[in-house]
Amino acid sequence: MLGFTIEKRQEPLKWGSFFIFLVALVFSLGVSALLLAIQGKPPFEAMYLLWDGAFAHDWALEDTILKAIPIFLCSLGVAVCFRMQIWNIGAEGQYALGAVGATWVVLSMPEAPVWVIMPLMFVAAAAFGAIWAIIPALLREKMGLNEIISTLMLNYIGILFLEFLVYGAWKDPASFGFPMTIMFPDTAVIGELFGRIHWGILVCAGAGIALTIFLKHTRLGFEIMVSGENPRAARYARMPYSALVVLVMGVCGALAGWAGLIETSATLNRLQPTVVVGYGFTAIVVAWLARLRITSIAGYSILLAGLRVGVENLQLELQVPASFTGIMQGLILLSVLAGQFFNWYSFQRSKRG
Amino acid sequence: MRKLVGIALLAAMVAVAGFGTTVAQAKDLKVGFVYVSPIGDAGYSYAHDLGRQSVAKMDGVKTFYVESVPEGADATRVVNNMARKGDDVIFGTSFGYMDPMLKVAKKFPNTTFMHCSGYKTAPNMSAYFGRMYQARYLAGLVAGSMTKSNIIGYAGAFPIPEVKRGINAFTLGVRAVNPKAKVHVVWTKTWYDPATEKEAAKSLIDIGADVIAQHQDSPGPQEAAQEAGVYSIGYNSDMSAFAPKAHLTSAIWNWSAFYPVVIEKVKKGEWKADNYWWGLSEGVVDLAPFGDMVPKKVQDMVNARKAEIKNGTFKVFAGPIKDQSGKVRIKKGEVASDKMLTGMDWFVEGVEGSNQ
Repeated sequence: MLGFTIEKRQEPLKWGSFFIFLVALVFSLGVSALLLAIQGKPPFEAMYLLWDGAFAHDWALEDTILKAIPIFLCSLGVAVCFRMQIWNIGAEGQYALGAVGATWVVLSMPEAPVWVIMPLMFVAAAAFGAIWAIIPALLREKMGLNEIISTLMLNYIGILFLEFLVYGAWKDPASFGFPMTIMFPDTAVIGELFGRIHWGILVCAGAGIALTIFLKHTRLGFEIMVSGENPRAARYARMPYSALVVLVMGVCGALAGWAGLIETSATLNRLQPTVVVGYGFTAIVVAWLARLRITSIAGYSILLAGLRVGVENLQLELQVPASFTGIMQGLILLSVLAGQFFNWYSFQRSKRG
Repeated sequence: MRKLVGIALLAAMVAVAGFGTTVAQAKDLKVGFVYVSPIGDAGYSYAHDLGRQSVAKMDGVKTFYVESVPEGADATRVVNNMARKGDDVIFGTSFGYMDPMLKVAKKFPNTTFMHCSGYKTAPNMSAYFGRMYQARYLAGLVAGSMTKSNIIGYAGAFPIPEVKRGINAFTLGVRAVNPKAKVHVVWTKTWYDPATEKEAAKSLIDIGADVIAQHQDSPGPQEAAQEAGVYSIGYNSDMSAFAPKAHLTSAIWNWSAFYPVVIEKVKKGEWKADNYWWGLSEGVVDLAPFGDMVPKKVQDMVNARKAEIKNGTFKVFAGPIKDQSGKVRIKKGEVASDKMLTGMDWFVEGVEGSNQ
């Protein structure tokens, strides 16, 4: 048909896959530009403004990286679960619980010195997030409850729990009835490292490196990979499948919890319901785009964060509607995922006999 | 083929390099607006945008806006970028922008910040809002006159003072003409989610409400009312177009009465930090035109009360006012202070529902 046949490659593309990614990205940007042109906006200038607002200045880059930090941590956790084919879409709720855990520490010991309060905040955020993730893991392993449903539902419960606290017991008496806790003391605020980038970025780097080593160079990491490829073979080889499910979910919950802690402490300096803005869902997109690879996750976190930040520039200069972000994000996701087809298959001119 | 692609790419890059950012004329006053929801065709941000448009018509003024900006960290970034791009005046139109704006205001002392619906100010940052409760009271008079079941539904966004103040004023209006009526409140916990808002209105209709009022950002509740054949009271902007058969009136914002005044002050150098709280008499809040189903008698009664509020002879929160438990909160002969109104966290008698 059409003089072409589709053939499977012997080996997946290596460096060529980067080229495919670039083509897919340019394609999605091209379609976006076309959509803008239809609306009567100058397409080339728009693409320039997008770039300008997301990456082209030190302040723009700072904004993008700040936004990428929570997305990266959530994506990291989600990717570990997905590697084991555990479909945890509850990072949003685990993120909320992490924020709650960290705030609980701050409110119970506001006077504590920094070397006490800060480690405890990290412990509490990880523990709260992990508990929220381990509940669906146990439900899955003990009772066969589908984790997609349970993690999705626990998102809502987690967010409502956060709101319950902030509207009720944790409300700042001086806030005129508005839902927010007191400002965190300076000891509980994650400070700036260089420019406006806070040292939460070091947590990202540490978590990324630790997880890479864990997955590639430890026995447990190997078992997680095998369990993801083939659960039955894993069980047959006496790998502790159920324990591994609990482990990956716990890791994801802890990482998402840290993301919640960092957003609350570093950027809001207090707990407010507005801390929950959908990073847990963006994380799923990032994890898929990155094909669950940790270095790629860093890249795609920055790409999607930059898209969000850059489109604001488009809005300011060209009055493009805000929903354009969603359209572009969808286009990039679709074209990059579709492009990955070419990593494994190629078009060959069919020989006519 | 490959060559062609290469040439096309090159051409694209050259074109990109050729376009610089467009620079506004140096003399123009640049005014930025930050909205919490999409502007759309109706609602809170739409009402603010109508105000922006009247500013844009002024001489020597250029306006910019960003919509759908979440409260919190994103707001800090957007406001910061507006200030950095040289906006002279920045209007932040949602409560959650208060702390972000305060943070940015400290860094840009020469920029004028206007924050809507909060209470914090700085030497270069004013707080402003409108006495929407006055229009709410008038809408309550209409609802109380029109209900037959004596059950009125109210879809509220979040249990914060602004929304509670509106519910209280509305209920006082309802019970001024119909002491037997009750106002049932449900919280949607969202400012802008048309589907959820519509569901909330439906649940109120299910318990027998025959007038649906709302404090939301979309006309979802209006549509639910029209589908069920009951009446509705809109909010933010005139919502008659979305539910012509159901629409009694709307309590509306008219920011065109305020924004140009602020800009004029900034231009003349007369602006100083303040806490603006304008109402019916300044025209910042109002009632939309009545639907045909509202009898002339009711219209006249409401208009008479409106005139009394405008000239100051009638106060909405004048005692005695009891709360849900029957405790007197505002004594006879007293009028609620602005401070009390700003932090209002209780419901008046006649409201059914949790205040959290």
